Amino acid sequence: MHRQSDTRTPCRASGLARICGAAALLTSPLASAGETIRDPAQGWDELWRAVLLDITIIGVLFALVTAWFLVRYRRRSSDEEGRGPVLSSAAAVGWVVVPMFVFLADDLYIAANGWSLWNAYREVPADRLEVQLEAGMYSWDYTYPNGVKTQNLLVVPAGKAVMLRMTSRDVVHSHFIPDFRVKEDSMPGRVTYLWFLPREAGREHVVTCTEYCGVMHSYMAGKVVVKSPAEFEAWLQEQERLQQVGTHAGEQDPRVAQQAAAGQPL
Amino acid sequence: MSIKEWIFTTDHKRVGILYLIGSIAAFAVAGIMALLMRAELSGIGPTVTSNPTTYNVWLYAHGAVMILGFQIPALTGFFANYCIPLMIGAKDVAFPRVNALSVWLFYIGIILALLTFVVPDPPDVLWTGYPPYSTITTGNTALYTFTVLILGFASIIGGVNFLTTVAYMRAPGLTWNKLNMFVWCTLGAFVMQLIFVPVLGTAVTLISLDKYLGTHFFDPANGGDVLTYQNLFWFYSHPAVYVILLPFIGVVFEIVSTFARNRIFNYKAAVYGGIGGIVLLAGEVWVHHLYVSGMADWMRIGQMVSTLMISVPVGLLVISLVGTLYKGSISFQTPMLYALGVIFLFLIGGLTGIPLAVTSLTVNLSETYYVVGHFHYVMAVAGTFAIFGGVYYWFPKMTGRMYNEFWGKVGFWLTFVGVNLVFWTMMDVGVREGLPRRYYDYAQFPQAAEEQHLMSVGAVILAVGFVIAVINWIVGAVKGEKAGDNPWGSKSLEWTTVSPPPHGNWPSPPVVAPDWSPYAYGRR
Repeated sequence: MHRQSDTRTPCRASGLARICGAAALLTSPLASAGETIRDPAQGWDELWRAVLLDITIIGVLFALVTAWFLVRYRRRSSDEEGRGPVLSSAAAVGWVVVPMFVFLADDLYIAANGWSLWNAYREVPADRLEVQLEAGMYSWDYTYPNGVKTQNLLVVPAGKAVMLRMTSRDVVHSHFIPDFRVKEDSMPGRVTYLWFLPREAGREHVVTCTEYCGVMHSYMAGKVVVKSPAEFEAWLQEQERLQQVGTHAGEQDPRVAQQAAAGQPL
Repeated sequence: MSIKEWIFTTDHKRVGILYLIGSIAAFAVAGIMALLMRAELSGIGPTVTSNPTTYNVWLYAHGAVMILGFQIPALTGFFANYCIPLMIGAKDVAFPRVNALSVWLFYIGIILALLTFVVPDPPDVLWTGYPPYSTITTGNTALYTFTVLILGFASIIGGVNFLTTVAYMRAPGLTWNKLNMFVWCTLGAFVMQLIFVPVLGTAVTLISLDKYLGTHFFDPANGGDVLTYQNLFWFYSHPAVYVILLPFIGVVFEIVSTFARNRIFNYKAAVYGGIGGIVLLAGEVWVHHLYVSGMADWMRIGQMVSTLMISVPVGLLVISLVGTLYKGSISFQTPMLYALGVIFLFLIGGLTGIPLAVTSLTVNLSETYYVVGHFHYVMAVAGTFAIFGGVYYWFPKMTGRMYNEFWGKVGFWLTFVGVNLVFWTMMDVGVREGLPRRYYDYAQFPQAAEEQHLMSVGAVILAVGFVIAVINWIVGAVKGEKAGDNPWGSKSLEWTTVSPPPHGNWPSPPVVAPDWSPYAYGRR
């Protein structure tokens, strides 16, 4: 499977950004490996663990030094005064430059890895299932390439990249799938996208809205159902047949339906 | 002493105390909102209210009032007013009547914010007011717009006043490099307010124009753009975090130096590198609030790097703070406990911000409880601890009396335990479950129920701690022991006058000696 992309980021289009992109490739052996898909969800877990370790070390170090100072330099007599050092110019500059380089080095290490993972998030494999999503108060409405429509239910085949091209019919929403570590806002007037790699058939994953969208915001949820490729094909054809007679798969949250039925503002 | 004297006062200390009273009242209201939300979230399904809109109004009021009605006015209103003229040896601020106007506007803003609970259609647009929701909701977006405009205007005229005061009214011999850290920090904050508040004012005005007068700034169906608002809003509102951060770090510097009886470690690095660096970077990092908002990919990367670079000036400030403890003579009265609390809370909050600077990590973390936990640690709770510590610290100066040390410490430890229980758990549930913020209910995340319950218990503990502190102040102000003019043995200028200082602060303006500095300890 080739790691091709037809969703060129604006970054790649400009000259300056091409240099940025090259820098990202240099820092990331994975990005140029070429043969396999890099699953952003796995990459996320790895980078999270690395950054967590990084900040834990810094935090523990600072906390221990502070705690040691507090014990070591506690006041022993009431007329005692501190005798902190008067820094020479060289020492004062040193206490700026050295920490600055340490912090910047850590920043750049984190930034380089973050960038490389970001490329994985934004470059969608060419071999993929592309689904249109229209978000609205308060449902996720998906349309498959063959015209099949579902609501709050996204059925996908295992082992294939799934890409959502998203927009909204009213306010800003955000399609979040915690298990796949991915979210992106959808809004009127723009088309945004995200992709993820479902691995295991038979699993269900929560989809939920993470951009405040009004009264029923917390009930704007659905699910991703992963099927084996064969089961998925069968399901898709079955849906196509059913929808010719006018039945849609998926369901609306009963509380949202109630709100609408009661004539409450949505 | 009549009420009228207080309302029409132009004395910077009284204006400051009016700011303090107003902002503590705002803190109480916003705190009650937080408790109501925690009660609602303690279980799945409706608990306190069955109407999500009611919850959303609490959510709006909690955020807007805490930031615009409590933290910014307490830090740049109360502390700046009370301390800056005293710290620079001035009789008052440069424009005392403009100062009085700013506190009046602040009270008008607070009243507007409180109207939320009176009008039939309270705003439900969060403190962010994102369109198109804010332009189509049945909630009262205009109230939000006017609250922001009034409080923003109060802040701008305060900023002009203090920049002038510090530039022209320093005591003879008090050079720039002898200014208190708090004065430097507040100057930095006011510079940012002057640059960025107008952008916020523009943004919130445009949503009301869209909603009530039919313009289409944010309406894509008529050529507008939804994302423009988010950019304008965060172009102010990220710097706003530093408008809160800088003065509260300044307060902590004052407390730490006094209670460690020690000079500031590497003062110039903290001032020019730390404060200057933050002011310079403040306007180049807002996109980290928009990492999943459909911004151009290259912008999401560029500002990842500038956001991470914030660690440099912040790191310099922290090194200076911790360095001030080195070879100090540290005592642990209540103000110092709060200041040390800030150091630890800020350490946790600052470091947990690093993953949120990374675009790709934020794809998962944004809009979850992790974010809420992080910014409460770094700004909300650290800032509030600094405010409480600062009030305790200058309490003898303001009232001439002493608070109760025992209850001061009890209050501190309760809040310290409470906030960690709430916000550590919050970050944990955000990462492990991906629980989204701003949720009235969370039936799709049943596994989060237990932690939600724990957070609600923590919220009660921390609230009790804060109530004890406020009662301690009231009792202390009325019948505390006489404190003397300089109970802490500080070298800073505000402690050289009597407590409480009279109108005009000193009988004759102070002149500072060539070898004086507010931190000239260790020269016996």
